[in-house]
Amino acid sequence: MSDIFKGYRGSALDILKKFKVRVWSDAVIDTTRGKFSGIILPRSENDDDQHIVLKLSNGYNIGLDINTIENMREIGYREAHYKIPEKDFPTDKGKAKVKLFGTGGTIASRLDYRTGAVIPAFSPGELYGAVPELAEICNLETEKLFAVFSENMGPREYMKLATAIGKEIEKGVDGIVIGHGTDTLHHTAAALSFMIRNSPVPIVLVGSQRSSDRPSSDAALNLIHATTTAARSDIAEVMVCMFGPTSDEYGLLHQGTRVRKMHSSYRSTFRTIGDVPLAMVTRNEIKPLRHDYNRRRKDRQVEIFPFFEEKVAMLYYYPNMLPDMIYSLIENEYKGIVIAGTGLGHVNKPLYPALRKCQELGIPVYMTVQTLWGYVHMFVYDTGRDLMSMGVIPAENMLPEVAYVKLGWALGQTKDLQKVKEIMLKPICRDITPKEPYNGYLVYQGGIPEVEEFIRKVHK
Amino acid sequence: MSKDFDPAHNYKKTRKHVGYIERHVARPDTYEKLGFKCGLEVHQQLKTEQKLFCRCPAGIYHDFNDFDAELIRHMRPTLSEMGTYDGTALMEFKTRKNITYRIKNDTTCTYEIDDTPPFRVNREALNYAIEIALMLKTNIVGELHITRKQYLDGSIPTGFQRTAIVGIEGEIVLKDKRIRIIQLSLEEDACREISDIRHERIYSTDRLGIPLIETVTYPDLTTPEQARDAGLFIRFLNRSSGRVRTGIGSGRQDVNVSIAGGTRVEIKGVSHIRNIPELTHNEAFRQKALLLIKNLLQERILEPEKWNIRYRTINFDVSDIQYTPIRNAMEKGWKLVAVNLPKFRGVLSFFTQPGKSFADEISGRLKVIACLEYPNMIHSEDQMPVFDEKLLEKRSKILGSKPEDAQLVFWAPEEDIHTAVETIAERCRLAFLGVPNETRQALADGNTDFERVLPGADRMYPDTDSAPIPIKEELIDKIRRGLPINLENRIAQLENWKIPSHCFNYILRNNLSPLMERIITDFNIESIFLGTLLGQRLKYIEGHHEAGPEFNYDSIYHLFRLVRERDLHPEIISLLLPVHYRYPRLDFDSLLNSAGYKNYNVKKIPADISELKRIFHNLKKSIHPLAEYNWIMGQLRPAVLGNISLSELSKIVREEQSKHKEPADV
Repeated sequence: MSDIFKGYRGSALDILKKFKVRVWSDAVIDTTRGKFSGIILPRSENDDDQHIVLKLSNGYNIGLDINTIENMREIGYREAHYKIPEKDFPTDKGKAKVKLFGTGGTIASRLDYRTGAVIPAFSPGELYGAVPELAEICNLETEKLFAVFSENMGPREYMKLATAIGKEIEKGVDGIVIGHGTDTLHHTAAALSFMIRNSPVPIVLVGSQRSSDRPSSDAALNLIHATTTAARSDIAEVMVCMFGPTSDEYGLLHQGTRVRKMHSSYRSTFRTIGDVPLAMVTRNEIKPLRHDYNRRRKDRQVEIFPFFEEKVAMLYYYPNMLPDMIYSLIENEYKGIVIAGTGLGHVNKPLYPALRKCQELGIPVYMTVQTLWGYVHMFVYDTGRDLMSMGVIPAENMLPEVAYVKLGWALGQTKDLQKVKEIMLKPICRDITPKEPYNGYLVYQGGIPEVEEFIRKVHK
Repeated sequence: MSKDFDPAHNYKKTRKHVGYIERHVARPDTYEKLGFKCGLEVHQQLKTEQKLFCRCPAGIYHDFNDFDAELIRHMRPTLSEMGTYDGTALMEFKTRKNITYRIKNDTTCTYEIDDTPPFRVNREALNYAIEIALMLKTNIVGELHITRKQYLDGSIPTGFQRTAIVGIEGEIVLKDKRIRIIQLSLEEDACREISDIRHERIYSTDRLGIPLIETVTYPDLTTPEQARDAGLFIRFLNRSSGRVRTGIGSGRQDVNVSIAGGTRVEIKGVSHIRNIPELTHNEAFRQKALLLIKNLLQERILEPEKWNIRYRTINFDVSDIQYTPIRNAMEKGWKLVAVNLPKFRGVLSFFTQPGKSFADEISGRLKVIACLEYPNMIHSEDQMPVFDEKLLEKRSKILGSKPEDAQLVFWAPEEDIHTAVETIAERCRLAFLGVPNETRQALADGNTDFERVLPGADRMYPDTDSAPIPIKEELIDKIRRGLPINLENRIAQLENWKIPSHCFNYILRNNLSPLMERIITDFNIESIFLGTLLGQRLKYIEGHHEAGPEFNYDSIYHLFRLVRERDLHPEIISLLLPVHYRYPRLDFDSLLNSAGYKNYNVKKIPADISELKRIFHNLKKSIHPLAEYNWIMGQLRPAVLGNISLSELSKIVREEQSKHKEPADV
């Protein structure tokens, strides 16, 4: 299809062709509802074929019903070029060198006329144009590895990313920042936590909950916090850096294996589960909340383990789950299964035969809890003991997504189930913690007077 | 600064040069000569249950100190859809404000604070907007596209207002003129500002998100009075739909003014339509003044691109600290900065608005952009100088000033100096070009003050969170069938009913015509009486008493019904109305009682008249028959009201007067 009718199809396309009017042309349109004039904009492919989109001279967009159109004529042409002003990123010998890897997501984004949604845009010059503060923090280099939404990140991307990070560290970078969509940010964080061992520098994953095409976006401040962490902090861990409260006040650094997205749209959506975050970060300061992290080092002795078995599945158990769910995984030759079970780590009896089948075929099954907080305890009830006798292995307090990633990583390295088990149950980077601190579980209940009083006092 | 310069004299001289006259002596040709053009943007809240993009209730307000939580945001400029930055956005970014929102759970959810994408648009609001768009005779769009209009002042936590055009190209017809309508849009209302001091601005989110329509006219209005009339017309039209909120803050106007050679300046937030004439009048002359300043500077400064200010941080002088604002600044550790404005002598004291001069243009921007509260500067052309000339001369010397220059001194914290200096230089440079594109805040005295740089089309961006909403032919037809009589016809109807024209405003403002129609039809009431009862009597009562909580205009219909049921004369209602207004729940007998109604035997009127005549005669107040008539009417009116119409009473009194004429007295 010709590009001069971007996004239009069906009847709407026919109308444009009939009157020989292109997208981006300045047009006058007579309709049964009166006369309209403006620039014809591309149409989102998901929208209907009954309307034509017009930008009026005052900047507003409107749609015209094609059934009302009597005549159209072009009187000019003005194509928009959306471009963030690009400036050379200034360098300063006294500042740390930070490498920013782009994977996509809304940390930097622009409008996509094809879908009407935002798509990622990324270059150091663009970033500097949009967030000039970055130059005060570090010398920034950027590299776009992929341009995908976070739901399209997968094992191949994890491995490529881990390898690229390893190379940068060996080259002498002082810190790594990874721009990433937020939906699966914690999956990638877990994967990098396992694949990159013994990093001498901070590795910070960052995203934004409000796209950077909005004035109140959290993208700029998140990026400032992340680069500050990468450049200055002595925390040589894989971390997620996102808003602490919804206010523009401070960010939190979460351990890559203990973090989870907990709200579909809030800015402060990422929370450390079953522990406290590593640190608080502002424009000026990084304030550790824990002190048992790996420190920054001068050496470059990083190890990269870019392995992943793709045929691993995660089952979110629900009452009345039928065994065919598991049989279908067996049939499709899955090599490992993580279950997010109820309570302390349970599933119902009808699944037993299927689980026994897994045991027979040597498909490891690991149990996690859908309560997210707390440990799997399979000795407390008979169900737990039954399940263990069928080879189901409790995965301690590993978060379900983390256990999934870790099992894929472990099976990517070895087929030996005993070795897999050793890898799985050996804590690598707080994926399993020996104990849960008393303040590791905090979900305040809004409405309770003392909570309301607290909320009133501190900025949300 | 030379000693022979008198700022007060210069102010008077330039005021005359501008040709400023007060509004009451201005005539239409005053504005014609100026090339006065004005357009309106009338904002009106819609009377919906819920807000526009979330399910929070609309129209509930809280005390500013009654809140459940606070949160903080900062705003950054972003690119427009066409790939450019908007000027306002960049200016507002310079101001570096901490914006605090006070939220109350009753009226605010995660949508208002931009932690949740919008829910589907409120259909009730959309239908009301279409209805009013049809009343304005606009062309209804085929598909509603929600657009983001950037506002970086923080008045909306997202940094943009979601708005959509419902119709374009309509018209209204004033007495003698057709005024074209550019558009009617549906948008969400913004936060209410609680305070704005230095870098801290606080907002309440209760009003945020209430559906609002904005009616924008072309700049077809050629006198300040016409602008007011158009404002009133649009307000009446909105209210006649019955779909809009009334009361304080439910309607606001932005007024665009320009003169020949000037620029469109937006006067924002005019809450009373009656203030429009004074504001637009003064703005027209402000523009004239700025154009004269431009000419003056063009003559003096031949290479404007080379023009620049000089500034230095200076030491606090003993006499400085006698001036409280500077002493406070010193105590806070702020810096004092002296600025030389080359060849600006006579410009700082140049008249711009009544009581204001060009220096106020600079001061206004210092407040908004550099966050320096008033008073934020002193200058060499202060009409009431704070310091003596010696200090001024000393400082001029430090700056290397020449006699044709002007100087100013401001005080600011170190971190704001850069922005302040840039702001001063920018405003001065804009003076070379004439009238800057500005949004100005309306002040109570009819003047205006700088609010922000006028935003352009570049601040518009499609809302990627919402899909377009088709507006089908069937919906438009359905709404069109239910439209109220249009406003021109309403006015014609009042004229037809022979209602005195001073009653129109009140009747139209409160959309009382439908009520009047019902009363006239159902009870056969004389229209002039009813029009005066509502447009004059009720207006007076409303201005002097507080309405009981259950009072509404519809309850007046029931008064007429009760009066009819008791077979009373409807004129009694003018007696009942003040009581009913205050105590609408009072039962009818008590109401009659409180209003002083008595059952009166009409047959004994002639006898009473003859008795009254006797008393009048004895009083010997006057011998004139008219005096006697007036006195007798005055005595009888309260007693007979409701029993007989006053015109009938009058007839009887006159008859009785002529019957028993006593020739000796005449």
